[in-house]
Amino acid sequence: MNVNTLADLTAQGKKPDVLFWVGCAGSFDERAKKITKAFVKILNNSGISYAVLGPEESCTGDPAKRSGNEFLFQMQAMANIEVLNSYEITKIVTTCPHCFNTLKNEYPELGGSYEVEHHTQFLKKLLNEGKIKIQGGVFKGKRITFHDPCYLGRANNVYEAPRDLIKKLDAELIEMKNCKSKGLCCGAGGAQMFKEPEKGNKDINIKRTEQAINVKPDIIAAGCPFCNTMMSDGVKSKEKENILPVKDIAELIAEAKDL
Amino acid sequence: MELMPNFLFFIILSIGIGFFVLNIKKLIYNIKLGKDIDRYDNKSERWKNMILLALGQTKMIHRPISGVLHVVVYVGFILINVELLEIVTDGILGTHRVFAPFMGSFYNFLTATFEILAFLVIISVVVFWIRRNMIKIKRFMNPEMKGWPKYDADVILYFEIVLMFLFLSMNATDSLLQDLNTPNYINAGSFPISKYLQPLFNDFSQSNLIILERVFWWLHIIGILIFANYLYYSKHLHILLAFPNTFFANLDSKGRFKNNANVTKEVKLMLDPNADPYAVNSSDSPPEKFGVSDVIDMNWVQLLNAYSCTECGRCTSECPANQTGKKLSPRKIMMDTRDRLTEVGDNYRINNKKFIPDGKELLNDYISPEELWACTSCNACVEACPIGIDPLSIIMDMRQYLVMEQSSAPGDLNNMMGNIENNGAPWPFNNQERLLWANEN
Repeated sequence: MNVNTLADLTAQGKKPDVLFWVGCAGSFDERAKKITKAFVKILNNSGISYAVLGPEESCTGDPAKRSGNEFLFQMQAMANIEVLNSYEITKIVTTCPHCFNTLKNEYPELGGSYEVEHHTQFLKKLLNEGKIKIQGGVFKGKRITFHDPCYLGRANNVYEAPRDLIKKLDAELIEMKNCKSKGLCCGAGGAQMFKEPEKGNKDINIKRTEQAINVKPDIIAAGCPFCNTMMSDGVKSKEKENILPVKDIAELIAEAKDL
Repeated sequence: MELMPNFLFFIILSIGIGFFVLNIKKLIYNIKLGKDIDRYDNKSERWKNMILLALGQTKMIHRPISGVLHVVVYVGFILINVELLEIVTDGILGTHRVFAPFMGSFYNFLTATFEILAFLVIISVVVFWIRRNMIKIKRFMNPEMKGWPKYDADVILYFEIVLMFLFLSMNATDSLLQDLNTPNYINAGSFPISKYLQPLFNDFSQSNLIILERVFWWLHIIGILIFANYLYYSKHLHILLAFPNTFFANLDSKGRFKNNANVTKEVKLMLDPNADPYAVNSSDSPPEKFGVSDVIDMNWVQLLNAYSCTECGRCTSECPANQTGKKLSPRKIMMDTRDRLTEVGDNYRINNKKFIPDGKELLNDYISPEELWACTSCNACVEACPIGIDPLSIIMDMRQYLVMEQSSAPGDLNNMMGNIENNGAPWPFNNQERLLWANEN
């Protein structure tokens, strides 16, 4: 894949329009890497000027902060801000709502102010500006339900961008019992992704997956690598992984464009 | 002798208001035990929030049944309390329906409106009681609602019903006395609801009716004074505190968790190559404690939140952890905070504005780490609260204490944090391999 790092571009005396913040999941997690690659395919296909940090990127500190380790969070934040500011970054796009939220809301006070967008917002804008085109094709008439990531939806009031993109696929957008501001968490937030859940009578991702299955979708759409993992695990536990795929919006668009 | 009732009324009113003021002072004292936080910025947005959420009840109607019933009780109580102006004036001056001569037919309109509202309030409160005691709606049945909270909720409903009936009975006997051309009972008012209560009193003599009317009148005003003083001891303070609480609520993105400024200082020092690691701390004050383990570590808005909570449980019923059987209940976080704050506030007052350690803390003695670690920080509780209470900020601050002061995170989280420290990612991957995906297809 043709991907430029900021270091390479800078060495060539070039500056990209936007930094793609890949995130730890997008860099290392097998499932999330597919989302990263799908998004990069769209970026490459549309000729957007972008770059990634590669090895210069480090965890935003979100899971540390939500775990209560403010010290580790701020160490990560300060180090990242130093890198970002040294490259004079102004615009960031990311496929992870947790990175998105932290970069957008918690970095400015520590000296890192950037225009930060979630990839669904970014893609929606490209679409409006005519820089990318989306045709329905393979998803025409498919029933797709969108699971709102907490850190995109409630935390930042982004509800429509991902939905608008799904509608552009000529798909039938269907809503679960809990959606938008009342969306039910997948169970991964607040660093729960990295620990066993406390004792209860059910796992949260199972409950959310049941809500999804209840509206009989052909596809569960997600906008967060962690939600994606949780929902995929939920679908697997219901033994439906062969008939009910969980896909990121970027993957849907890349597929529709046959990239 | 003539002036006795006026005098008695004045005494009772003064005692009622006096105690009420004392309670409010206690309340303000307790809330001010919290740490400072600036919530006076962006005033226009704050007023808007208050007008929409508290005055306009826009979030209450997200749940249509309880929402509409609540609006009825709310409007009813506010408007019927306009009548209090007349009752208090009558009480002090020894007059009867003092406003009637000045208002003409508008007075009839007012009394009729108050009666209809009183009737609607009774209906709503009865439905509330049925929802709590017969239908047993799930959010009223959580473990934290056992005992006093359940009793408290019912007492408030009984109070409201009794007050409304006293009000209507007062009008019913009054209008009977008016029909009998009783001296002092001027012909005024329209009574579309209480006329149905009149048959109950038809058989009484005029003099007994006067006694009854006076008893209802006195019980009604005394009841209101008792109710006002009950607020401080109950969960019902929201009828006052919903207004400041919505005004001072967080206006930022819900995803923005505040950065701890003390940590920023430390981190900047660590990253500054010119900093002298052996420099003596110039200030004599001990280093600030990180996070929250007791109520006095919280900011005053978090404490105001605790007193504003009326235990409706919308937060808990939306909480993904609670829905899946975990111990965490955001409502319980608020209830525990309030109970502990009342205890700590009393401790300060009894001990001459000093806190004498009582061997207890909010953490562990009220809120367990198990509850705190079950939170997904999804903000569903914050979104659900009709008056802008933020249980999540308390949960996060308490986690900060657990991790930064006690190093007692669950083992898995310690591994995750170790990975971030060493590899810059929550998993044990080499940071140099961040771009490997680009070589794959």
